[in-house]
Amino acid sequence: MSLTNLTHITRSEGDPRVERKGQSSMIGADRLARALGWFSVGLGVAELVAPGRIARTLGLDDKQGLIRAYGAREVASAVPTLSIDKPIGLASRIAGDALDLGTLATGLQRDNPQRRNAAIATALVAGITLLDLTAFFGVKAAHKREPTSGRDYSDRSGLPRGLKASRGMARQDFETPADYRTDGTVANAVPALAG
Amino acid sequence: MSDPEIEADRDAIIKVTSCAICGSDLHLFHNLIPAMLPGDILGHETMGEVVEVGNAAKGSLKKGDRIVIPFTIQCGECDQCRRGNFSVCERTNRKKELADKAFGHATAGLFGYSHLTGGYPGGQAEYLRVPFADTTHVKVPDGIDDEKLLFLSDILPTGWQAAVQADIQPGDTVAIWGCGPVGQMAIRSAVLLGAEQVVAIDRLPERLSMAAAAGAITIDFAHESVVERLNDLTGGKGPHRCIDAIGTESHVNLGQPDTILDRAKQMLLAENDRPHVLREMIYVCRPAGVISIVGVYTGLADKIPMGQAMNKGLTFRMAQTHVPRWTGDLLRRIEDGQIDPSFVITHKADLSQGPEMYRTFRDKADACIKVMLRP
Repeated sequence: MSLTNLTHITRSEGDPRVERKGQSSMIGADRLARALGWFSVGLGVAELVAPGRIARTLGLDDKQGLIRAYGAREVASAVPTLSIDKPIGLASRIAGDALDLGTLATGLQRDNPQRRNAAIATALVAGITLLDLTAFFGVKAAHKREPTSGRDYSDRSGLPRGLKASRGMARQDFETPADYRTDGTVANAVPALAG
Repeated sequence: MSDPEIEADRDAIIKVTSCAICGSDLHLFHNLIPAMLPGDILGHETMGEVVEVGNAAKGSLKKGDRIVIPFTIQCGECDQCRRGNFSVCERTNRKKELADKAFGHATAGLFGYSHLTGGYPGGQAEYLRVPFADTTHVKVPDGIDDEKLLFLSDILPTGWQAAVQADIQPGDTVAIWGCGPVGQMAIRSAVLLGAEQVVAIDRLPERLSMAAAAGAITIDFAHESVVERLNDLTGGKGPHRCIDAIGTESHVNLGQPDTILDRAKQMLLAENDRPHVLREMIYVCRPAGVISIVGVYTGLADKIPMGQAMNKGLTFRMAQTHVPRWTGDLLRRIEDGQIDPSFVITHKADLSQGPEMYRTFRDKADACIKVMLRP
């Protein structure tokens, strides 16, 4: 539920209505990142709530505490992934994927009766890692500030009469309104002393 | 979207001829003011031609009038409007109950600026309903391009008010944080008001070059210490006047570690603003100096060094701009050739390219400083 739902904000009756939707400012990589962010929330909550069940399914019974910590990590990385700073969130997700794969690798040993489940989980995490990498590089590329963008605007003064003539020009016919003057405050409290 | 209709006697409908994307639209775009709904229309820098007038507005407007729309909606009659405090008009915020809870007391209605300020549809559209139109407009003459007039709606009076409320005196050093559109207007305003030395702070070379074009000394905060340079430029005393043209979204980088903590807290809804600039201004400002804030803050800001501010005897001035208070004077200065605000436009596009232009502006791509849109 969004904050706007909680505050019961509604649009006014006479306001223009949406007739059809146009293009979005979000590109595919932004949408993928958003989906991965929500996936992080879901997985993180599951790991926080049911680490024992996950550990048993994977044959990693001694790693319940670690799985719970991974849940906290997932939720933490979801926050930036769902924000406008998506690359930070996606980078933390990729680092987390590496940790997940490392942990799952310990479940692939022959003596693990749940080795098949661990292998499936490993494949899934590998797939998600690919999606994370795709989203990361896609978002970085789409929102990149090109190195050539240091354009020079030094011919745009906005002061048609030139800098020298403009300096103080408004002083000739503009008086700071009384409510914006700061003399009388500590700034210039005793101007007489200046002389 | 469907076209707007007259809803009240004081309304008018304008056919938008030009509008712009403002830096504060990005705060909404980034959901830092979480009071927007699907279907809300952004845009508070708008001008156009009157196509329909409500009965009560007919005394001051007629079809065909060319008008710029101030981003603040004002009744012109309440106690605050009579004092010239138009951005805190007591009557025009139609979501008063919500705003009272958020702000303590409601402020004026604003176009396209979330439901906290009335939820009024904005002007990045083909048509705009102007409530309280008899007092919420600036009539402008034919024969001057939209490019020169459009910014009477917001950034020009905002930059002007930033300089005026700083009470700049001849001989002053004025430091301005942020060389976006408002910062650029504040630089020109400070020059016109006689500041001896204007120092502009940013990190983007194209913005710094535009600041230097108006004679500002520039500081690239990514490569040099703002505090050291400002002290060097003022004989170790600090600037007399400090203007914040940044507001809630200070740039996040390793060189300013407090911004990283602020960003993390902002994401977790533990803090609304990233007030690095405010902290820096308070620290570097000359004792008994003035801090002028026109960059938009949205809510709670942490770790504000009030001890420094109090002990240094700083004066704080801040507000959303009381637009109509300045527009008559500024229109005259445009007509008189004292200032040409069109210098700030770097991108012009059709309104239909809005989503792409938002992305370009947000990413500061293609040296974008100001986008003007035409329906």
